[in-house]
Amino acid sequence: MQKHTISVLVENKFGVLARIAGLFSARGFNIDSLAVSETEDPTMSRMTIVLRADDRILEQVKKQLNKLVDVIKVIDYTRKQSINREVLLVKAEVEEKKRPEVLKIIDSVGAKVVDVSHNMITVEETGDEAKIHALLELLRPYGIKEIVRSGAVVIGKEG
Amino acid sequence: MKLKGAEILIKALEKEGVDVIFGYPGGSVLPIFDALYDAPVKFMLTRHEQGAAHAADGYARATGKVGVCLATSGPGATNLVTGLATAYMDSVPVVAITGQVKTFLIGNDAFQEADVTGITRPVTKHNYLVKDVKELAATVKEAFHIASTGRPGPVVIDVPVDVTIHETEYRHPGPVNIRSYKPTVTGHIGQVKKAAKAIMSAKKPIIYSGGGVIISNAASELTELARKTGIPVTTTLLGLGGFPETDELSLGMLGMHGTVYANHAIMDSDLIIAVGARFDDRVTGKIEAFAPHAMIIHIDIDPSAISKNVKVDIPIVGDAKNVLKELNRYIKKKPDITAWMKKVNDWKKKSPLTYKKDNKLRPQYVVEELYKVTKGDAIICTEVGQNQMWAAQFYQYTKPRTYISSGGLGTMGYGFPAAIGAQVGKPKATVIDIAGDGSIQMNIQELITAVHNKLPIKIVILNNRYLGMVRQWQELFYKKRYSSTCLEASPDFVKLAEAYGAVGMRITKKSEVKAALKKALKIKNVVVMDFRVEKEENVFPMVPAGEAINRMIGGMA
Repeated sequence: MQKHTISVLVENKFGVLARIAGLFSARGFNIDSLAVSETEDPTMSRMTIVLRADDRILEQVKKQLNKLVDVIKVIDYTRKQSINREVLLVKAEVEEKKRPEVLKIIDSVGAKVVDVSHNMITVEETGDEAKIHALLELLRPYGIKEIVRSGAVVIGKEG
Repeated sequence: MKLKGAEILIKALEKEGVDVIFGYPGGSVLPIFDALYDAPVKFMLTRHEQGAAHAADGYARATGKVGVCLATSGPGATNLVTGLATAYMDSVPVVAITGQVKTFLIGNDAFQEADVTGITRPVTKHNYLVKDVKELAATVKEAFHIASTGRPGPVVIDVPVDVTIHETEYRHPGPVNIRSYKPTVTGHIGQVKKAAKAIMSAKKPIIYSGGGVIISNAASELTELARKTGIPVTTTLLGLGGFPETDELSLGMLGMHGTVYANHAIMDSDLIIAVGARFDDRVTGKIEAFAPHAMIIHIDIDPSAISKNVKVDIPIVGDAKNVLKELNRYIKKKPDITAWMKKVNDWKKKSPLTYKKDNKLRPQYVVEELYKVTKGDAIICTEVGQNQMWAAQFYQYTKPRTYISSGGLGTMGYGFPAAIGAQVGKPKATVIDIAGDGSIQMNIQELITAVHNKLPIKIVILNNRYLGMVRQWQELFYKKRYSSTCLEASPDFVKLAEAYGAVGMRITKKSEVKAALKKALKIKNVVVMDFRVEKEENVFPMVPAGEAINRMIGGMA
């Protein structure tokens, strides 16, 4: 099933996240990632939801979201020009002698080392899904200890 | 002048035109009940909060107004939940006010605390927890607006007890304007024209009319469409009364226990005009096999109902009344459907709804006689199961808001408290609850509510000493292994009625039915009629679950 990114503008009130989450769970829709924060207008929040669904389910998700009283707007970025970003923090176990090699990889993909201890290295990467995925694949052979991802956020290119 | 939250709440309800509240008191709502003590609005004490929720729902369905119920925090509120879910599934405008523990105790597992907004979220259209007395009046206004507009539904207002004690200046809130809630009520004109064109050129069209026609008071517009085009009409369970069943164009109800001719007609049609109906699984049967040659026009106020179960060709989002009015304007000629109507009328002649006409006391006969004795002029409430289906099949509904039943959720114990609400809302109407011996026991405590408030409801128990519908499924699909469906141990309903101060009657012979019904209808008190009907009568026709709806058993053409 295809991955879709939808952006949901909601009232910035308590309980709204529960309404959205409840809608997904009650109807058996799966969420891949979810990011929530305030917008330029403090009375509104934006939720960026990544989900896997076929066209029919995606259509239902959008309609059901629109049906919630606290939802102001639903934007589907599946067929829209957009900029997609996610923050990744990854901790890898790297022995002393392999450190230069790993640092080189990190540098070559434009990621940033944010913490180093005697055999541990923590890397920060910002990018779209492909970029995050690529870095993780490069680091995997060295021993990944922990992955933390922010979930995708997306902004439209036009207007 | 400063008012207490409780007084503001009552004032706000009065401003919404509320004339009756159904409910039950308790600790967290003491200030509200204190304010009610000398308020003009009528309060009706039920004997269980579930009864209050169903009564508010029945009142709403019978009158078209918003029904209101009130319960205390914790168990009071949780007892409303089945009633709210019932109203939600059938799009009934209800506002439920629940008490809550003090604001600072919320989340502390305080005495009689429950997370009511959390519990009711999936079964309400919207809900509120009011944390500031200043927001109370505006919240009530908003709640009524949301409950009664768009696709209606229940709304909960959860009010902590301290909020009802705090004082503030009462100001009447201005008109409701919610930026995130703007239901589409007018149909897209291009779509309406497209639909009109499809209708005029159809060869085998059928109108499939649902509860939305009744909710939006569109019965006359629907009738106009049918008469103008000569297209036959089938209704859903909740759509009964949206089109007169006595009309020659009526095909009665469709679906699992629908008529043979309605099911054949919709399966064979080339155009379905769906109005305020949602292609529920009890209507479509096996979805892949449903109406394979039909183009579908779907008129509905709820965009999420469109193309949810079946793919729609011409969707029109809007209020049924508005859209039908427009649609009727664009219908310039009758479609040529003479051959189709001949076929439909042949089905109708060949396979009418029927049952065995012998000397035994059969439940269908009781319903048929009830129709004759009342001349079709009554509000029929039902419980859930066989009684509900026989009430749908053998009583002819000609007016909207006369068949009141839990369709979507299928709540046993709904009918009697709903009848209480209907009788309160329509004091002059004859209100009858058609019940089974199982479901009547699920809210039997409300007998005292009806007797005490002089609501002369008639309860027709089709007593077969079984949980009949489940038994029917066990007979047909579980090798007659009647697991826990035999109700030989039931109370004596006549004595029970008398204990509550109602009138009890027992009818055991077919020959007694007519006279007994006539007698009961003359009594100005609650009458409980215990009809000892044939034990193993089945509801036919029947489409087995998961089958195409023209694969009916019983009453086959």
